[in-house]
Amino acid sequence: MADIIRQPLEQIHGFSRRCLFRVISMGSLPIHMAFIMDGNRRYAKKRGLEDGSGHKAGFSALMSMLQYCYELGIKYVTIYAFSIDNFRRKPEEVQSLMDLMLEKIKSLLDKESIVHGYGIRVYFIGNLALLSDQVRAAAEEVMEATAKNNRVVLLVCVAYNSTDEIVQAVKKSCVNKLVKHSEGRDRDIERIQLVDIEENMQMSVAPDPDILIRSSGETRLSNFLLWQTGNSQLFSPDALWPEIGRRHLVWAILNFQRSHSYLEKKKKQL
Amino acid sequence: MDFNDPMLVLSSWIAQIVDFGLDLLWCFIHIVVSLCHIVSGTFEAIESYAISLGLIQKYSSIDIEKLKCLAVVMDIEAARDVSKVIELLQWLTTIGVKQVGLFDSQGLLKKSKDMILEMVPRSVLLQETGERDISSDRIALEFISSSDNKEAVVKAANILLDKYLKSSHPDKGEEGENVFTESHLNEALRVVGENVQGPDLLLVYGPVRSHLGFPAWRLRYTEIIHMGSLKYMRYGSLLKAIHKFTGVRQNYGV
Repeated sequence: MADIIRQPLEQIHGFSRRCLFRVISMGSLPIHMAFIMDGNRRYAKKRGLEDGSGHKAGFSALMSMLQYCYELGIKYVTIYAFSIDNFRRKPEEVQSLMDLMLEKIKSLLDKESIVHGYGIRVYFIGNLALLSDQVRAAAEEVMEATAKNNRVVLLVCVAYNSTDEIVQAVKKSCVNKLVKHSEGRDRDIERIQLVDIEENMQMSVAPDPDILIRSSGETRLSNFLLWQTGNSQLFSPDALWPEIGRRHLVWAILNFQRSHSYLEKKKKQL
Repeated sequence: MDFNDPMLVLSSWIAQIVDFGLDLLWCFIHIVVSLCHIVSGTFEAIESYAISLGLIQKYSSIDIEKLKCLAVVMDIEAARDVSKVIELLQWLTTIGVKQVGLFDSQGLLKKSKDMILEMVPRSVLLQETGERDISSDRIALEFISSSDNKEAVVKAANILLDKYLKSSHPDKGEEGENVFTESHLNEALRVVGENVQGPDLLLVYGPVRSHLGFPAWRLRYTEIIHMGSLKYMRYGSLLKAIHKFTGVRQNYGV
C-alpha cells in the first residue's frame, strides 16, 4: 500500500524539482560548486545513532546533491571528503572512515553506479601517499576507469589540505625547473613563475569554484581550496551535512545569480 | 513541406512563450529572494541598534582576549572610502581589538596607509611593533593586498628552489622531503617579508561573502563573516560578529 502512494509521490516530487531547476536555469548557473561536508558526527549524536551512521547518512546526502548538480548542468563538483587533519582523530574512527571510503569508491566501479549513469569523470585530489595501499589503489582504478567520461567532473579531496597542495605544487615546480636545467646543460636555471605553481596545483584540472557551501553553520574553510576561492561566494547553511537538501542548493544558486555580475567584474579586475 | 512550415512556426512560438513564462517565473523568484533579504536586513538593523544602545545584555561584555588577530577585507569601492575605514578602526579600538589587518585586492589601503595611521589614534604599523606585545591602549595595523597572496608564494618558492639546488644531491628524490614542507614554505614567506600569522576572524565588507583573495596561506582556520556594505556599517553588527566569534570552538579537524 505504501508503495502505491510512495512511487507517484516521488514522481511528483521529481517533476516539481525539475520544473524548479528549469526556472532557475534561466539565470547564470555556477560552473563549479564545492562542498565541505561537515556535521556527520553531530547528526549521528543528534539522532542517537551509532558511530559511523552519520557518515553513511552523509554519503546519501552527497548522492542527492550530485544528482541535483547533474540535473542543473553544473559541470564541476568538488567535495572535501577527508582532511589531513582528520588523521588525528581516534584510530578506530579513522579506520571506519577509510573502510567506508573504500566501500564507496569500489561501488563507483559498478556499471549501474551514478558515475557511469551520469558520465562522471572522477579525480581524487590530495596527498594520496598518506592513504592505505588498498584505498589508494581503488582510487587510482576509479580515476582510470572514468578517464573518458566528460559530462560532469567530480573532484574528491581526500588526505587533502590547501597548504599541503600549495607545498606540493611548489615542490613539483622546483623539480621541473631542475630537470629542465639539467636537460638544457649550461643555461641558467629559470626562476619559478606564478604560472608554474598554478599548473602544478592538483586542482588545476578544474576552474576555480563559483560557490563553496559548508554545512553545519561553521564559517571557516578549514584549509580547503584557500588558493582557489578568491572569487568564490561562500555559504554556511546551518543544516548538518546529512540534512542538506535541494532548498540549500537553490538558495545558494539564487544568491549567486544576484551577485554574478559583481563577481565577473572582480575577476576581470585581477 | 507546406504542412511542416506552420508546425515549425507554431512550435517556435510555443517555445518563445514557454521561455517568456519561465523568465517571468525566474524574475518572480528573485523578487521573493530580494524581499527575504530586505526583511532579514531590517531585523538585523533593528537588532544592531539595540546592541549599540546596550539593550541586549549578552553583548555588553566581550572576551576580547580570544581575538588575537582580526582581518578586515573590503572590496575596491569600500577601500576608496578612507573616512569610513578610519571610523571602523576607531570602533575596533574602542572594542579593544589589538591587531587589525586591512586587505583590499588592489592595495588602495596601502596607498592611504599614512593618512590612516595619522587619523586613527594610538595606531602603529604592525611591522614596527617587533616582537614585543602591543600595549593595551594601542592598535597595530597591517596593510595587505593581492601581492601578499600568490606573488608572495612565488617569491618564497624561489627561495626554496635555491635551497633545493644547494642541497648536496639535488637529483635524488629524497632531498625534496627536507626542503619542501609546510614549515619550510612558512619560513620562506617570513624571509620574503610576509606575516604568516592567520587571523582568527575575517570581516568582509562588500556585496558578497568572499575572502576576495586574502593571502591563502593565512586563512586555514579563520572564521569568515560577511558584514555587508562598509558605507552602511553598524557598530552593533560589528559587536555581534566579534561576540559570535568568541563563542566558537574549533576542533581543527580532530
